[in-house]
Amino acid sequence: MKSLEELAAIRNKMKDKVALRENNGDIRIVVGMATCGIAAGARPVLNAFVEEVSKQHAENATVTQTGCIGMCRLEPIVEIFEGGKERVTYVKVKPAMVPRIVKEHILGGHPITEYTIGAVEK
Amino acid sequence: MIRTHVMICGGTGCTSSDSPKIAEAMEQEIVKLGLEDEVKVVRTGCFGLCAMGPVMIVYPDGTFYSRVKVSDVPEIASEHLLKGRIVERLVHRDNEGGEQVEVPTLKDIEFYKPQLRVALRNCGVINPENIEEYIAMDGYSALGKVLTEMTPEQVIEEITKSGLRGRGGAGFPTGKKWLFASFNKTPHKYVVCNADEGDPGAFMDRSVLEGDPHAVLEAMAIAGYAIDAHQGYIYVRAEYPIAVHRLQIAIRQAREMGLLGKDIFGTGFDFDIDVRLGAGAFVCGEETALLTSIEGNRGEPKTKPPFPANKGLFGQPTIINNVETLANIPQIILKGADWFASMGTEGSKGTKVFALGGKINNTGLVEVPLGTTLRQIIYDIGGGIPNGKKFKAVQTGGPSGGCIPAQYLDLPIDYENLKSIGAMMGSGGMIVMDETTCMVDVARFFLDFTVDESCGKCVPCRIGTKRLLEMLDKITSGNGTLEDLDKMEELCHYIQANALCALGQTAPNPVLSTMKYFRDEYIAHVVDKRCPAGVCKKLLRYEIDPEKCRGCTACARKCPVNAITGRFGAISKK
Repeated sequence: MKSLEELAAIRNKMKDKVALRENNGDIRIVVGMATCGIAAGARPVLNAFVEEVSKQHAENATVTQTGCIGMCRLEPIVEIFEGGKERVTYVKVKPAMVPRIVKEHILGGHPITEYTIGAVEK
Repeated sequence: MIRTHVMICGGTGCTSSDSPKIAEAMEQEIVKLGLEDEVKVVRTGCFGLCAMGPVMIVYPDGTFYSRVKVSDVPEIASEHLLKGRIVERLVHRDNEGGEQVEVPTLKDIEFYKPQLRVALRNCGVINPENIEEYIAMDGYSALGKVLTEMTPEQVIEEITKSGLRGRGGAGFPTGKKWLFASFNKTPHKYVVCNADEGDPGAFMDRSVLEGDPHAVLEAMAIAGYAIDAHQGYIYVRAEYPIAVHRLQIAIRQAREMGLLGKDIFGTGFDFDIDVRLGAGAFVCGEETALLTSIEGNRGEPKTKPPFPANKGLFGQPTIINNVETLANIPQIILKGADWFASMGTEGSKGTKVFALGGKINNTGLVEVPLGTTLRQIIYDIGGGIPNGKKFKAVQTGGPSGGCIPAQYLDLPIDYENLKSIGAMMGSGGMIVMDETTCMVDVARFFLDFTVDESCGKCVPCRIGTKRLLEMLDKITSGNGTLEDLDKMEELCHYIQANALCALGQTAPNPVLSTMKYFRDEYIAHVVDKRCPAGVCKKLLRYEIDPEKCRGCTACARKCPVNAITGRFGAISKK
C-alpha cells in the first residue's frame, strides 16, 4: 500500500458489498418468490433489483423476498414498502422495467402508475 | 450480483458444535439450487450468544437462526434463500416472563439490545479471513490517518485523553504506558500484544482475534508509530488454534497489501509483526513472564521496576497491551478521544467485554459501557439464572478476582468499584453461581488452579498458596478449626504483600472475598461440620428416616461399607 488513495479505492469498492449487512434501509423492495413467482420469472427480476439498487446507489433500499402474495396470475409481483406511505404493488414485472422503477420510484419518489396493480387489472 | 449474505459463526464455540459442517452443507445446497451467483456464505467471528450456537444470520433481512443443525440446512436454503420464507421453527426465541417469544432479527434480541459494541464491532459482521471486508469497515484508515496527519506525540496525547485503561487486568492507563516507552531513545523498541488469555472462563481476547484480527494488527502498528518501534510480537496461546490460524492469514494479507512491512503508505514507516505461541502457562499472562517466554526462556516473572516500558523484551523498551485494549485503539483514532471518553464512568472510560459463564441462561460474550450494573448484565442481557434457582454470587477476574455477593448487584461496574469490594476487573470473566454452589469449594477450586500454575520462583506463592490450599482441604473435609480461619486470613495478607508478581499477589483474593462475604458458610463447615449447599462430599450425612422407611433394602444393597443393618421389611438403623 503506497498511498491513502489506494486504501480508499478498496474501501469504496468493498463498501457496497458489505452494506447489505447494515439493514438500515427505510425502503423495502419485496419480491414474491413462491413457486408461482419463480415460475413466472421472479428470479431475474430479483437479481435485476439487487443490481440496479447498487448501480444507482439507492443506499436506503433493501431488496428482500417473500412468499406467495395470493394473486399468482399476476406474478412476478413486487411490492415497495416505505415508512409513512401507502405500499405500492407492481405486477407482471420484467427485468427491463426495473431500472425505471429504481430511478423514478425509489430515488425519485414517484410510483410508476402504469406498472401497478390498479392499472394492469383495469 | 450477490443479494443475500448468510453469516455463519466460525468462533470456537460454534465450531465445536459443528458450524464448519453447516457452512459447507449450505454452500453445497446453494450450488444445488443454482443460487451461487446470488447468495454468499460468510464465515464470521463470534456473535456472542454462544449458548444458542451454532448461530446463523441471513442478510439483508437480518433473520437470526439459533441452534441450527446440519439437517436444517436444506430447508433454510430452499425456503428462505430461494423462496424468501423465513423458517419460523428455527428463529431465535426470547424468554419473556415464561413465554417464548419469537424474535426474528438480531437487533431486537434482548441479549443484544443493551449492548454497545466497540471492541467487538466487527465480530460477526465481517469475514475475518478477508482483509478487504475489514477495509470496507474503515479498517486501516486509522493507521493511514496517524501516519499522514499526526505526530507520535499527538497519537499518545489522543490515547491519553480518551482515558483508555488496560483491559487485561490491572487497568493501567494505556496512554501513560506509551508515553513512558516513547521517552526512551533507543534504536530497538517493541510492541507486544498479550493474547495469553489464561483466566478460566474468559474468552474475549480469543473472540476478537477470531472475529477481527486486523483490528489488533492495525492498533499495534499505530502503537509502533507512537513509540518509534518497528517490530511487534503477538503472544497467543497454542490452545487457540482458530485464532492463531486467522492471525497468520491476517498478517500475510496485510503484508501482501503493504499494510505491514516497509514504507507503509509511502511514509517511510516500517512495521512488522510476528506471532509467538505460548504453551498455556497461566503465569505467562504476567507481562514480565510473557517477555521472558518470548525470549525463549522459561516463563518466570521478574521484579519490577524496571518496568517493560524502560527495559522489556531483549532488554529494550517495550509496551505490552492486551488484545481488547488494542481493539479499541483504531476507533479512538477515527472517532476521537472525546467520543470514547463520553462512554463509561469518571475513572473508567469506554466499554468492556465480559465473558458470561456458569449458572446463567445466555452463556456468551457481551460488551457494555463501563458503569453498567451487574444486575443489568446478569438479568437483562444474561437472561438470569436457569431453573428458577436463586443467585448467590458472581466471580469476576478469574483466579485473581473475588466473589461478589447479591448485595452488590446494583453496583456500577468499573475498575475502582470492583477493587473497593475485594474483587477486580481482571480480563472480564464472569462466572455466575447459584444457591447450589458452595463458596468454600469455589475458593478451593481457584486456589487449586493457582497452586498448579505457580511458577515456583518465589516462596510466598510457591509455599504460601500450597499451605492455604491444605487448610481449605482440611475445612472442606470437616477437620477445620476456628483457629484455621484466622491463620488463613493472616497467610492471605502475607502472600498479598510479599509475592513477586501479580499472580501470587492476587491469588488469595478468592479466599479473602469468600471469607468476607460468606463467613457463615465457613463457620458452618468448621463448627457444624455441615456444607449448606451440599457440595462438600465428606460433610454429607445419610440417615434413615424411620417414619418413611419401608424396608425395601435398596439402600442396604448399595452401601459400599455395609453400614446398614437389618433385614427385608425391618430396617431401622443406619
